[in-house]
This record gives sequence, structure tokens and C-alpha cells, in this order.
Amino acid sequence: MSRIAEAGAALGSTVVGAVVEGWGELRTHRTRVLLSLIGVALAIAALTSVVALGGIARQSITESQERSSGRPAMLSVYAFDSVAGQNAPDERLREAIDEATAKYGIEHWSSQTWGSLRVQLTTGAYEVSVTAVDRDFADMFRTELERGRWFSARDETRLAPAIVINRTLWAALGSPDLATHPTIELPGDPGTIAEVVGVYPANVEWGSMEAYLLGSDYRRLAPQDQLLGNTPNYFVWVPPELSDPLSERLRASIAQSLGGGYDVQVNRQDYAAWQDSDPLLPLTIMLGGAAGLLLLLGALGLLTISLVTVRYRIQEIGIKRSFGATAGRVFFSVMMESVVATAVAGVVGIALAILALKNPWSTELISQGVSDVPGFPVSAAVLGLVVSIAVGALAGLMPALVAVRIKPIDAIRY
Amino acid sequence: MGILELRGVTRTVELPDGSSLDILRGVDLAVEAGDRLSIVGRSGSGKSTLLNILGLLDAPTAGDLLVDGVPLARLSSGERDRRRGRDVGFIFQQFNLLPGRTALENVATPLLYASGKPFWRRERIAAEMLERVGLGARLTSLPSQLSGGEQQRVAIARALVRGPRLILADEPTGALDVDTGAAIMALLDEVATASGAALVTITHDPDIAELAARRFRLDRGVLSPAAAVAGAAR
Repeated sequence: MSRIAEAGAALGSTVVGAVVEGWGELRTHRTRVLLSLIGVALAIAALTSVVALGGIARQSITESQERSSGRPAMLSVYAFDSVAGQNAPDERLREAIDEATAKYGIEHWSSQTWGSLRVQLTTGAYEVSVTAVDRDFADMFRTELERGRWFSARDETRLAPAIVINRTLWAALGSPDLATHPTIELPGDPGTIAEVVGVYPANVEWGSMEAYLLGSDYRRLAPQDQLLGNTPNYFVWVPPELSDPLSERLRASIAQSLGGGYDVQVNRQDYAAWQDSDPLLPLTIMLGGAAGLLLLLGALGLLTISLVTVRYRIQEIGIKRSFGATAGRVFFSVMMESVVATAVAGVVGIALAILALKNPWSTELISQGVSDVPGFPVSAAVLGLVVSIAVGALAGLMPALVAVRIKPIDAIRY
Repeated sequence: MGILELRGVTRTVELPDGSSLDILRGVDLAVEAGDRLSIVGRSGSGKSTLLNILGLLDAPTAGDLLVDGVPLARLSSGERDRRRGRDVGFIFQQFNLLPGRTALENVATPLLYASGKPFWRRERIAAEMLERVGLGARLTSLPSQLSGGEQQRVAIARALVRGPRLILADEPTGALDVDTGAAIMALLDEVATASGAALVTITHDPDIAELAARRFRLDRGVLSPAAAVAGAAR
């Protein structure tokens, strides 16, 4: 037992001794250490920033895809009577989907119909593109508002319909404060006054006036000829891992509700269904390659300085060997000095990357068009730290081997 | 049993042209506890090689080196390093203090390779050692702030801080003036006597060599007793 305790105490003093020795080296040679670590810190900052920026870019692309094709897994429902050559009646299909989603506990589904309505503004009457949807649509297609709110359950029963308009139409209205409950006149038969409850960003390229209406309001307000020609699309949002079995069950349930003769199709239509590979892979490879090159240059700089330093420290290493430092201790000490130093440089690099990416100016710049701006990814910080330690170990290996090969007395007389 | 014993030690090196050169030839030497030895010889006579072998930094090509009666070949590289750290204290001509470290840090350096109390109390032990060599007021001084004599005192404190059984002094007064050199040798003798350590001094200086009880002369790798060596190296 006492032998084990002795061995433990010896190991403890060896480890603490190596740490004390390494710290002493760093303290004594701080200028050299600082110089050698600037490159590493910058390279780690670049690498970490690239990984974090990649995360933000990936989120931006994902959100853009989710706005156009829905969030995974988005199922589109379609029912067609091939004998009669026509789609299933809207009301019946709607009821069938409502029934089927309730049966399988699916919380989100929505119709989507594109149409247009005339809007009376003080400057004249305008044709406004209208997308008629259900309440769940905003969650399903990541519809973001810049002011006001999306449709609520109360909006489905109100007499004056709620309308969510784009910024172009809001500007044409005179940019009113939504707290004042601004209205918009929808002339026609029957005409009505709609209350503007929300404003969403305008499409910069098109600059057209657009709006969202609840499907029930649109069906009430749209001209009959438009309604006849406009078949709604139906979407059901389900968990991605259950999309295959649910597709089949929904198809069977809807077909049964509609009765015979209808060919019901339930297909996944979100981007994740047809995208086999990461769309950002080429970008990730390119940026990763650039960061890797930076890191390589930083590591080479560190290696060069470390090798030169070992040559400079030959005498010092010889003196330590003469006082009982074993070859292993010298190796460990030189390695640890490098690893501790690059780990510190890594932390500095990560801090620089966080400062560069998370300050208000750059956050505003890089997160344009992204609603869920991802936080600074922990994975990027961990990667930065692991890489910095690995670089320290690699850059320290060669000098440590050189240090071990030094012949003490020759070194002392160097 | 002696601390170290060399029996017919030969050290040969291979030259770049493929030929070999005997640096030491059949050296016999025993070092006992408390011994005072001096070895004089001209440059190139093999003094450094003998010092390396005595300090377990080099091994004989032929012959035996016994460490506490154990042949060197039986000791692993790590064990040799540990014995060197524990039992041997080096003093160099050029002091070889670690630059950028204070006197206290320099003296505490050998204790970084110790374990137990000497390791954990290294600063206190180092301070006491510096006190013993008369540098209690210079603990935080850097080598560049010390005179040659003071630097050699720090080097002596460093060599003795782990209580070695053998002190190897390589030209300990070579970089000092005559008076300072004499004072240093007196100090070295005093602290070695106090600790019971053997002192082996390698020197060019016959006057320094005369201070030792056992005197040897190294000539072309051959070690021989020298009753009176004054003038031998001049």
C-alpha cells in the first residue's frame, strides 16, 4: 500500500513539476511565446468564424427553402377523379383532410390558394395578389412578419376579415401604425372592409402589392369565376421520421372519406425530401479548405519558431538534464509548453471569432434574411479548441524530439 | 562500498573518416564518500569525457562503471537520470544559470525533478541553500544582476540543493579572478564537508588542484596519480 502511495506521490510531483516547469518557460519567454501564438490565434479565429458563418449560411438557406417548399416533412394532398376528369370538390376534400389529420393527431395543416382582389386605396384601385391560407400556414412555411401579428382563431369568426399585407401595400396605405387598427377597402360584390393585422417583408425584386387572407374569407370575397378556376393546394405538416407511414395512412383515410373514384395522392414536397446531399457542401469544403490553409500556415510558423527556440534553448535543456530531468520529462515539458500555449491561443482565437461575429454590427450584417439566427455554435468553439491543441501537439512533437536527442554535456558547452 | 568505481574504462569515438579515437584508455578510479579529488590535464586530454562518465551522462565503450556497486549497464536510462538528479551535483565553469530566472528559481530547479517534501518545499529549501552560500539577500536577483562570484555561488547552491553524494566541478574557478576563485573553492570545500559529499574538481589550474587530497593527471586519455601537479598544465 505504501509503495502505491509513494508511486502516486511521485507521479503527482512529476505532473505538477512539469506544469510548473512549462509555466516557468512560458513566463520567461513570454515575448517569443506571444509572437509565435499570434498566427495560431488568428488561424483559429478564422477557422472558428468560418464554421460559425457556415452555420448561419446553412440556416439562411434552410429558412429560404422552408419558406418556398415548407418545413420538413411537408405533405401535399391531391385528389383527382380521373373518370370525371376533375379535382375533388374543395369542401369535401377539406372535410376529409380535417377528419384524417384529427384521426392521426396531426396538428398542422393548411390550404393555399393563389388569387387576386381589388383593393381601393386613396390613390386608386389596385389589383393585389392574394394568398388564401389557413391559420397554421405561417408555422408550416415559416412566414415571418415585420410588424403586427398573424391570423388568430378569433379572426376566423370576425365579420370584418383580418388581412396580413406586405410592406409595399402597407407603404401604399401610408404606413399606418397597426395599433390604430388600420383598414383596407376591398370593393366588389360583396365588398368589405378588412382590418390590417400584420405586415410582412416585401419581395424586393417584384415590388408588387401582396396580401394573405384566411381561406374562409377569400372564398367569401373572391369573384366566383376566380374561385372556380383556382383549386386550393392542401398541405399537412408531419414529423419527418413518420412521413412515410403517415403519407400512406392519410392517403387511405382521405380516399375512404371521399368515396370511390378518387385517385388520392399524398406526397412529400419539402426540400429535405429531394435533397440527398448537403447543398452547402461545396461552400463548406471551400471555406474549410481556406481555414485549413490558414491553420497550416499558422502551425508552420509555430513549428519554425519552436524549432529555432529549441536550438536556442539547447544549453538550458542540457543543464536541466544534468540536474536529473529525464528524457521523458524534457519531451513532455517541451510538448506541454507547446500544447498549453496553443490551447491559450485557441481560446483567444475563439474569443476573437465570437467578438467578430456576435457584436451588434456584424450580427445585423450577416443575419439579414435569417429569422432564427443561430447562436455561436458550441461545435465551432470545441472544434477550434481541439484543433489548436492538436496543432500544439504536432508543432511541439518535432522540437520535443530534437530536445530529447540533445546530448547534455555538449549542450551545456554549446 | 564506493559511490562510483571505474575499472579499466575506455571511451572510443568514431571519427568521420571511419577511424576510431580512444579518448579514455583503461581508466581506474574509485570515488568514496567525502573524497576530495582533483584531475588536471590539457585541453583534449579527455577531461570532459571523464566528467560525462562520472556524471552518468555518458557510458564507457569498454571496462566497467559501478554505481553503488551496480554496473551502469544494468541501470535503465531513466534510472541513470534519476540517480544523477539525486546523487550528483554539477558545477560548471561558465556557471550556466538559467537566464531569465531569479537566483531562487535557479536553485529550486533541481528540486523540480525530486518528489515528496523536497519537491513541495523547494522554494524554502532553495532559499535556505542560498542563505548558506551568503546570498540570502539576493533571492530575487536575475543572473544578469549578479557578479561572477555571486553567480558561481548560486551555481554551488543549485548543485548542493538536493544533497548530492558527489559534486562534479568542471573548472569552477575558470571564469573568476584569483581571489574570488579561492573564496569559491573554500566555500565549495566547506559545504561539501558539511554534507559529507565527495568533490571531484576538474581543472587547468595546478593551485586549485593542489587543494584536493587525491590528485590525478589525465594525459591523452590515461589517468595517473599526481603527487605534485603544480606547473603540469602550464
